Amino acid sequence: MSSATTVTESGAGEVPRRRLGWHVATLVEARRENATARTLVLDVPGWPGHLAGQHADVRLTAEDGYHAQRSYSIASAPDRERVELTVQMVDDGEVSPYLVDDFAPGAAIELRGPVGGWFVWRATSTEPVLLVGGGSGVVPLMAMIRTRRASGNRAPFRLLYSVRSPEDVLYAQELRPAHDGVDVTIAYTRRAAEGVSRPAGRLTAADLSSWGWPADFAPQVFVCGPTGFVEAMADALVALGHDAQRIKTERFGPTGG
Amino acid sequence: MELPPGQYLTRDFPVLSAGPTPRIPLDRWELSVTTETGTVHRWSWPQFTALPTESPTVDLHCVTKWSKLGTSWEGVSLDVLFENVETAADYALITSYGGYTTNLPLEDLLDGQAWIAHRYEGDELDPEHGGPARLLVPHLYLWKSAKWVRDIRLSFEDERGFWESLGYHNYGDPWREQRYDGD
Amino acid sequence: MSDTTTAYEDGNALAGPLSEIFAIDVTTADAQCAGCGSSGALARLQVFSHAPGFVARCPECASVVLRFVRAPDAGWLDVRGAVRLRIPLPTTTS
Repeated sequence: MSSATTVTESGAGEVPRRRLGWHVATLVEARRENATARTLVLDVPGWPGHLAGQHADVRLTAEDGYHAQRSYSIASAPDRERVELTVQMVDDGEVSPYLVDDFAPGAAIELRGPVGGWFVWRATSTEPVLLVGGGSGVVPLMAMIRTRRASGNRAPFRLLYSVRSPEDVLYAQELRPAHDGVDVTIAYTRRAAEGVSRPAGRLTAADLSSWGWPADFAPQVFVCGPTGFVEAMADALVALGHDAQRIKTERFGPTGG
Repeated sequence: MELPPGQYLTRDFPVLSAGPTPRIPLDRWELSVTTETGTVHRWSWPQFTALPTESPTVDLHCVTKWSKLGTSWEGVSLDVLFENVETAADYALITSYGGYTTNLPLEDLLDGQAWIAHRYEGDELDPEHGGPARLLVPHLYLWKSAKWVRDIRLSFEDERGFWESLGYHNYGDPWREQRYDGD
Repeated sequence: MSDTTTAYEDGNALAGPLSEIFAIDVTTADAQCAGCGSSGALARLQVFSHAPGFVARCPECASVVLRFVRAPDAGWLDVRGAVRLRIPLPTTTS
């Protein structure tokens, strides 16, 4: 492991400043989120802590020495040396089938991070927050919600979560109404859940206006998901009057799984 | 069947790109060879597709470690393209639509070693894989087979292209595993 | 085959690779494009990472702002596409 220059506690809201190396991450537990996604609970000795919104690079090494590397958003609130990643199966993916189906408790992968100091929400912040997530783009936003809940922060949060159908929802239990200042709207794009009034269809500017914060509340906005979704949502938010400088985006390009 | 050192076999055809896929309408497409004296030889799409073609089946080796064997292409040999090109130059700098560049010795383009390919596996070459036409130089790593080829500039000087100027090997022979500068 | 008009990620994808050469997170740096003069966080650049290296392009004009290759023994960084980078640092008090 590289020697640290200055290491500051993530809990104080500072992004850790040190050169990053690869940590060994052992699987402690895996939770099925749905038929195609699994949350990996990893024990990572030496993990310096992280901020909500950051991601980690994952490296797998095959028996023949072949390396495969992918990035995954960290799903969990900071919790000492424990890191949770939610991995979505990608068709014909190289890495996701292993992580979603085969990776078993006791086995290990390598993790580099945390990385990404821009797309972060700090628990010292008091401004209203608007989270817009498409598919697995909800993962770093969930880290923000979990961090808010763990820290007792009272900033009002609204999450708009776009997902194809009820079977695709991640974190369903945690996203139920909790009356704790986190309002969640799930927008189904292909098939809506029973009893849901909004018909299935893509998130529109009208949805952002109805279920998001008004632009004059000047919320911090975080948009995450596939590139096309992020660009459409960011454009719609700016058209609704949100300040482009207050909209932070994270695009998941085609990663190859 | 043998793979160059460090390569892994793939059955799909990964798309690697340094930028957005250029979309060039055929009525505006042009291929040029610019000699060291400034003489420019040009082909419009109809002129280019009127040239005699070959159907090579070749193995592709990407520096990112995947190899795809037995790929079939149709294209114009650089020997045909250079039939009426007078040059004493040693080096070629290839420029693509979209700005990508790569360099190689002129002798590596000739003697049946390279084609400007416009068909792949019996179909028109898809823009994602370099269509309408790309360079194909299978004896070197695939980054030398510039997609969306536009111009071949001949020179006495060897000018490093896009990846060659950022740590990759100037020549790129997969069989000697010349991936990075200094290998 | 995926639609390659949106086949890019953003500068957040540079955070890991550049962490090997910078002690701070440069994705929060403000970069001015040498092509069109527009400025924005490095995190907003369009990053093409399905390549032998990382190519980060300006979201306004698509010209290359930054390129990075991780060779076995070196990192190669080309920032000639950026006029300058402004990197946030802790405030000094002396």
